[in-house]
Amino acid sequence: MAVFEGAVREDADVIMARYPDAHRRSAVMALLYLAQSVEGSVTRDALREIGVLLGITTAEVEAVASFYTMYRLRPTGTHVISVCTNLACKLRGAEAVYEAAHEATGVAHGAELSDDGLFTVHEEECLGVCDFAPAVQINFCNHDTVGPERIRELVAGLRAGEVPSPARGPAFGSFRAASRALAGLEEVPSA
Amino acid sequence: MSLAFEPRLTRDWDDPSVIGIDGYVAKGGYQGLTKALAMADTDIVEVVKSSGLRGRGGAGFPAGMKWGFVPRHTGQPTYVVVNFDESEPGTCNNRELVERDPHRLLEGTAIAALAIGCETAYLYVRGEYLWQSLVLERAIAEAYAAGHLGPDVQGSGKRVDAVLHRGAGAYICGEETALLNSLEGLRGQPRLRPPFPAVEGLFASPTVINNVETLMNVPDIVVRGADWFRELGTEKSPGTKMVTVSGKVERPGNFEVPLGTPFRVVLEELAGGVLGGRTLKAWTPGGSSTPMLTAGHLDVGLDYESLAEAGSMLGTAAIMVMDDTDCVVDCATRMVRFYAHESCGKCTPCREGSWWATRVLERLEDGQGKPADLPIMHDLGTNLTFRAFCALADGTAAVINSSLQHFPDEYEAHVRLGGCPLKVEHLEEVPA
Repeated sequence: MAVFEGAVREDADVIMARYPDAHRRSAVMALLYLAQSVEGSVTRDALREIGVLLGITTAEVEAVASFYTMYRLRPTGTHVISVCTNLACKLRGAEAVYEAAHEATGVAHGAELSDDGLFTVHEEECLGVCDFAPAVQINFCNHDTVGPERIRELVAGLRAGEVPSPARGPAFGSFRAASRALAGLEEVPSA
Repeated sequence: MSLAFEPRLTRDWDDPSVIGIDGYVAKGGYQGLTKALAMADTDIVEVVKSSGLRGRGGAGFPAGMKWGFVPRHTGQPTYVVVNFDESEPGTCNNRELVERDPHRLLEGTAIAALAIGCETAYLYVRGEYLWQSLVLERAIAEAYAAGHLGPDVQGSGKRVDAVLHRGAGAYICGEETALLNSLEGLRGQPRLRPPFPAVEGLFASPTVINNVETLMNVPDIVVRGADWFRELGTEKSPGTKMVTVSGKVERPGNFEVPLGTPFRVVLEELAGGVLGGRTLKAWTPGGSSTPMLTAGHLDVGLDYESLAEAGSMLGTAAIMVMDDTDCVVDCATRMVRFYAHESCGKCTPCREGSWWATRVLERLEDGQGKPADLPIMHDLGTNLTFRAFCALADGTAAVINSSLQHFPDEYEAHVRLGGCPLKVEHLEEVPA
């Protein structure tokens, strides 16, 4: 296997052990996150290998991977910036934030990532932070009440190699690191 | 009317120590579980039934009745599934409940498990709630270490395991049968009912699926009883409800109120009124899937019955406020675009209807609308209602039908003027 070998294979075993043996297929979502943490997106190899691990076809894995927006099946930047433009955020000016995110990162509309490979920009549906609109996530970490000026600062910080402190919880410094946490493989800091 | 009551779900929100298990236990936490362990499973179901607790996720189905549908002692495993997929636009109270008081959810979940004889509970957390899922993972580890979860819950010999499962960005997975498919490693598409999940749910076994807020009410109901629970709220909608207020208000946020509290009180006393002292134009009572209401509905009570009477629904009690500078057609466009994006594609009326409605709304807003577009919108609204497998299409129809019903002049003006009559930028409140 090209993706799931060595330590990654051991991580996959940890994930599969969460579910009853007869229902191992339930592990597909976390395995996709694991693959994404290793390769920066979900590759064809990963789809095939997850199928082998779970005893299902590549097509069945791809059917799942393509259904959900948090799996990236195409080339992806080091950082994924998600801007909510759903109604609660739109009413507080989110559309200007989304435009500013494109401008600051240099990601053209319709493009997967910026030319320098640093950024991917997503327009998001409700992120569940309507109390601090406009809501933005950088690598799935929340930044509250982000206006156009603030998104430009955040992007400039990321370019300079800084990891911005989120509004709550720890910072994940890249899309890959966040994907590993999403696979349930991160130590949680104590309360 | 002013709002004076003893908070329940939010009573420890000013005490960050309850996030950890020691702080939670110091406040009386896990005593509901202790009491439930000494009760017959049917008595746990009974007290929740008598409390009148209704599902807080949107549908309002009585929680005790849901638990009562699970066949008992069949030899088959049973499952509790916690629906923490909170994705209804405008809703974020489950997020804050878990951030501030995660053990109350675990305690409610464990009690639900005892009530239906379940040994494994799954907590389905939307992927975007990464931090909140970590908070829960930590709380689960603490609860195992303290013996409130695991093979021998509080020394009773009963097993309750908790497994956290992350979603990956799909609104439809909040629909309970879509959630089950997602949990089984399939695309998150809804299932045909019957069979209902109570009979054939997760892994084809009897399953109870409850919303986060619903379960967080359970420990107090077990400790203090059904009569205590009914001291707040209305007869048919007992208890309190978390509401999320967002959009054009001075103080957006999550607030706990007794069910039946008038919208006016929530808007003026809790959310500080309309932003900048402007005029209320429209509001959603329970997320974008519930028909929008107007300034004429300020005194409607926030409970299942009063909102139904006003032509809408309590939904998730997510109140999004639009003021007189907001264009209803523009807002409806954004809401309908959401449903087009989130339609799972299974049913034609939803998949095609939401896509076409978005196209028509966009051209109205862009000034390309034709007089024939208004009957088209009416037609789409009618043909989306109750024509699809699940309620997602009904949410789309709710936006279309209610905006047409309450703001017909605004639609007509878009056609007559060849564009949006409110196309003025109001950006002064946008944060820098």
